[in-house]
Amino acid sequence: MPGKLKAKIVAGRHLPVMDRASDLTDAFVEVKFGNTTFKTDVCPKSLNPQWNSEWFKFEVDDEDLQDEPLQITVLDHDTYSANDAIGKVYIDIDPLLCSEAATVISGWFPIYDTIHGIRGEINVLVKVDLFNDLNRFRQSSCGVKFFCTTSVPRCYRAVLVHGFVEELVVNEDPEYQWIDRIRTPRASNEARQRLISLMSGELQRKIGLKVLEMGGNAVVGYLQCFDLEGESGLVVRAIGTACTLDKISNTHTSASATNPCNSSPSKDMKEAGFGEETPGVPLSSGPPTPLRAQTFSSFSPSKSYSRQSSSSDTELSLTPKTGMGSGGSAGKEAGPLKALLRQQTQSALEQREFPFFTLTSFPPGFLLHVGGVVSARSVKLLDRIHNPDEPETRDAWWEEIRQEIKSHAKALGCHAVVGYSESTSICEEVCILSASGTAAILSSRFMQDGTLDTEHRLSRQQAPVFTSGAEKGEGDMGSSASLGFEDLMPPGCGFCHIPYDELNMPFPAQLTYCHCCRRYKVPDVLFTTIDLPTEANITGKGCLIQARLCRTKKKAQGEGNATAISNLLPFLEYELHTQLMNKLKLRSMNALFGLRIQISVGENMLLGLASATGVYLTALPSPGGIQIAGKAPSDITYEQHISNMQKKINDTIVRNKELYEINPPELVEEVIGSPIPEPRQRSRLFRSHSESSDEVSELDLSHGKKDAFVLEIDDTDAVEDIHSLLTDAPTPPGFYSCNTEIMPGIYNWTSALQMFTSVRVFRLSNVNVTNQGLNKVFNDLCENLLKSLYFKLRSMVPCCLCHLNFTVAVPEDELIQVAVTAVAMSFDKEQSLENGRQIVDKTLMKAITENEEQLQFPLELTAESSSSAFCSAKGLSEVSGPLPSARAPSVDYSSFTDRCSSWIEQLRLKAHTIRRGSIKTMSSLEKASPLPEGRSRSLRSNRSYAGGSVAVVKMTPLSFLPGTKIIKYLGIINMFFIRETTSLREEGGVSGFLHSFIAEVFAMVRAHVAALGGNAVVSYSMKECVFMENPNKNQAQCLINVSGDAVIFVRESEIEAATPQPHSASAHTSSSGEGT
Amino acid sequence: MSMELDVFVGNTTIIYEEVYQLWLDGYSVNDAVKMRKENGALSECEASDDVLQSDTMDQYRTFQMCERLLYSPSKLANQLLFQIPAHSQTMLIERYYEFDHNFAREVLGKKLSKGTKKELDDISLKTGIALRSCRRQFDNFRRVFKVVEEQRGPLVENVQHHFLLSESLAKDYAAVVFFANSRFETGKRKLQYLSFQDFAFCAGQLISYWTVGAVDNMMEDMDVDLEKEFLHDLKELKVLVNDKDLLDQHKSLVCFQLREKIRVFTEMEANFKNLSRALINIATKLINTKDVRDLFIDLVEKG
Repeated sequence: MPGKLKAKIVAGRHLPVMDRASDLTDAFVEVKFGNTTFKTDVCPKSLNPQWNSEWFKFEVDDEDLQDEPLQITVLDHDTYSANDAIGKVYIDIDPLLCSEAATVISGWFPIYDTIHGIRGEINVLVKVDLFNDLNRFRQSSCGVKFFCTTSVPRCYRAVLVHGFVEELVVNEDPEYQWIDRIRTPRASNEARQRLISLMSGELQRKIGLKVLEMGGNAVVGYLQCFDLEGESGLVVRAIGTACTLDKISNTHTSASATNPCNSSPSKDMKEAGFGEETPGVPLSSGPPTPLRAQTFSSFSPSKSYSRQSSSSDTELSLTPKTGMGSGGSAGKEAGPLKALLRQQTQSALEQREFPFFTLTSFPPGFLLHVGGVVSARSVKLLDRIHNPDEPETRDAWWEEIRQEIKSHAKALGCHAVVGYSESTSICEEVCILSASGTAAILSSRFMQDGTLDTEHRLSRQQAPVFTSGAEKGEGDMGSSASLGFEDLMPPGCGFCHIPYDELNMPFPAQLTYCHCCRRYKVPDVLFTTIDLPTEANITGKGCLIQARLCRTKKKAQGEGNATAISNLLPFLEYELHTQLMNKLKLRSMNALFGLRIQISVGENMLLGLASATGVYLTALPSPGGIQIAGKAPSDITYEQHISNMQKKINDTIVRNKELYEINPPELVEEVIGSPIPEPRQRSRLFRSHSESSDEVSELDLSHGKKDAFVLEIDDTDAVEDIHSLLTDAPTPPGFYSCNTEIMPGIYNWTSALQMFTSVRVFRLSNVNVTNQGLNKVFNDLCENLLKSLYFKLRSMVPCCLCHLNFTVAVPEDELIQVAVTAVAMSFDKEQSLENGRQIVDKTLMKAITENEEQLQFPLELTAESSSSAFCSAKGLSEVSGPLPSARAPSVDYSSFTDRCSSWIEQLRLKAHTIRRGSIKTMSSLEKASPLPEGRSRSLRSNRSYAGGSVAVVKMTPLSFLPGTKIIKYLGIINMFFIRETTSLREEGGVSGFLHSFIAEVFAMVRAHVAALGGNAVVSYSMKECVFMENPNKNQAQCLINVSGDAVIFVRESEIEAATPQPHSASAHTSSSGEGT
Repeated sequence: MSMELDVFVGNTTIIYEEVYQLWLDGYSVNDAVKMRKENGALSECEASDDVLQSDTMDQYRTFQMCERLLYSPSKLANQLLFQIPAHSQTMLIERYYEFDHNFAREVLGKKLSKGTKKELDDISLKTGIALRSCRRQFDNFRRVFKVVEEQRGPLVENVQHHFLLSESLAKDYAAVVFFANSRFETGKRKLQYLSFQDFAFCAGQLISYWTVGAVDNMMEDMDVDLEKEFLHDLKELKVLVNDKDLLDQHKSLVCFQLREKIRVFTEMEANFKNLSRALINIATKLINTKDVRDLFIDLVEKG
């Protein structure tokens, strides 16, 4: 009996009128957990009832605590007939089970009904008393923290990254059970909501157990998805990255300054760490055989389709080359040291079944090389899940796909996959499973004995300017001689260097020497699924690049359908890839980040949408232009047509270069880059220089087809490509857009932000259902949606739409649905680019040094070698002046950190009191309200209005809020709602219905966060938005699944403001909730 | 081939005042799009007609969903559905309750009942205000009237507290409520030249000096009703006409007070006796409800 859950029902407000005769309601509440139910008294004839109930106590297993939600039902008492339900609140009590998260849930929750939406609010208090259970064989995993954030959460540091965790649970979908024919839609919806809540609880618990087994204490990058397989069941699956996280406690920082600088490099520690590790690890099972990859498909070989893409657009062989294990790929250029390092990390990783990481951004030094995107898809026929307790089939499906991904990564000479994600698309009984990620080589130190940390990568803080990062810094300290191979690379380009063997490349690609360091080879283009590493050197700004494609498909059933889809998939992906490549070249960029390819299947079509953020990586060669060639150059008008098009394209390229400020600093580079190894390189540089000159005509094709991307417009596809190339409207002035966390090239964010969701459904009646017609419709749909977003957010200019996440679906025969969730963030245009760059450098360095500070203490406890390693960085951080040479006395610095930590301490206290305070004022208001309506009451409510009684909760799909510091993570928010209506017209049609539903979902998320004591949701995402309608019956139904991390943040301006006058702190805090 | 569904929902609900005003003025979505186009909305952000249409639709839907909350403005502050910045909340409320004086002039003194609601068609035609807007304004009058009708304490303050309005707007509402409660006749042709503001001023004066609350501060009761006893006492004023001494004394006091304050002073001084007699005649009759209703007609006709 390890836990006691206590709940108290305080009051209700704004209840709906349930009794028409009196215009009032006799409300009471049922509180249910597991199989135990308590009831409050009936509060007669009031729309603002005061129950002030006793504490309802549930004594339960912690296993149940994790699985079950607390269910609160508000009812209207009826003497003669059955009591009418007003609505329900489900409260996930998971955040209370973690000592570091929330301690109490208290606040107003919207009362939600699946038919009527939000109907009033209820004030609830929930607490949990947890007894420690040390049973080794326990089934619960209380205390494991979950984060949706795909980087190390801001106020934690990672001690160890254990690796991939996955789990999957299946059940019958209540909507398809026989009982559904006789129960009301409301009962059916509630059964579904409850089941999914239970299943996600169970899933989380099981994943937690796996994490504990691995020795971790947290899951980062937790991604949970639902597969509504209809008749065949309901699957809830999740993946994540298991880590051991340490909360950064700022009291430690003061100790660090006392430690003198030590020059021993961190790489020593890496090797030492590795050495400790190896004996315990059984050697890897060897590279997977080609056979394995072929066992993949379920019906026939033709159905399995897979493809890797990295620096080239060409098709790849499906069989990975066994000879090309990651160890072997350390080519000549790498040298023995590199090979050694490789082997170490490789074996460190190979103990894992799947060396996958759901993280998309990493601390400096973790990501060594990036190979390219790896993806795998498989088409499956769904069958009924016979035994929910043994979800083997589904598990096996994913296992196959993951194996394939792993082997693809191997083929690219990589031993790990980062930015990994999985998704499905279901239509009738056909299901496409997809997985994708970025093949990469990681540094072993973070996985075994090292630490990583991404404390506020981007937040701007007033901090001493540190002029170089940890990696560089070590070099500065003169210890570079003893460093490993990797450390000599400037951090800005290291990840671009190819991880595979130059002579044994897995695909044709043009390699050149890195434009930054001139020492290692880089590909001409780089595609990845991760965020742009902070240390990356880029030129100009980035932009959103989308490839959109629609393909018709014959209607078919069962296996025939599956075969048809599998046959179409390769072409679809190939074309998406070509489109991406063309658009990238058109923008004169050479790398894609955050690539996400979504394939959605409908009855009679396949939709493909690839989104990514294009940038110009300074390390990579400048892309050539696009050349159009006709196959039969006989006709003069035809030639003219071609040259016209060519001119248009060239103009666009020039315009784009200006727009995105892409002016590669070639000349400067040539001066700096002292060891130019080959004449070939030099010629290349000259050439690219001439390309960027103003005369467009010179951008012609004299470089031959090696550089320019040749499009032959004889075939219709190319015409289509060119069409889509040129129809992409540029973003209006003042706007930028990207689908990564932040826009590469913009640094000076203000705190103004607006998160939004936009959904559009397009009906294709009477469209000529040809590929071209469909393509145009789909393309226009996406373009118009973007245009609409720019218009709606025009008041925020200059601003950037970040994390633009498109989801497409084909809900019915002739419908295309596009949903977008993103955040618009304003930035300061006044600051020049250089300033911005400086700031980012500053914050980056600040972040790094902070990490080092924070590492200091715990590492001293663990390993001598490691502590000394970080001392070297410590020494660097003592350089607090703007010049690297001017070293401030360490005493100064320590006092600075001292103060810093004490401010943060203060802030914590403040945050705590704010929370307490708000709870108190609420209850005092409640006490006042029992007075009957009268003047005194109206006056009081007026006053509370002036103070703003509802706390502002910010939401963002990013992992941070600009200009703020996240001081506490309160737990994961994972909510699933169903809304249904039988009076669609009366609710304003489908748009009115969905509009209010989305607003309600936001409101419920905000209420839950506020009740946990938080003031923001980060890493928010809408994972599912399934909309079905039947206008003839005046009905519609929608399912939405959202998730994110509830946090408490404080503004940096307040941190600063709080320091000179600690006494005025309370005045500042009151404004903390303000903002857009 | 059509857009079946098109929504945009932000975590923060941003209200564009321009569109809100169009909605309040009762324009349909299509008309509003036209108006916005004329005002140059298209030049912003290179928008197209579709974009404008979709944006207008979205905002109209938001307003419709907010309208329910605006019926009792204090709800707007502690509802959870929309996260609206405080200044926008104030703007939403103030604008929603603002009314056209032309419209108010038409319904002034009328019973705020369903019957009057049927006349809104005619009023809409007459004033050129869209029917939808007329309905909103009329419903606002009714709602405010219902709430403050039975309340104790100063009328203006009650309106302000309950509907979170600015003082000037609350005063206007007080006038409307006051006129509706006493059912003063204002619709006669002879009174047509008087504007809403004229009547509102009178209402302000009457509320300050003639109502129960005004007469007995301690009572703090009913600002809405005229004090019966006071009206009864007005009978006594007859002496001012009948008694020569008192008449003269009254005249000198009034003249002293008004000297150099009004333009028509000399005329007034010359005609004082007649004026005074007429006024006092009206005053002494105010015991009858019918005569109270005709107060303004009488003042214009006989004063």
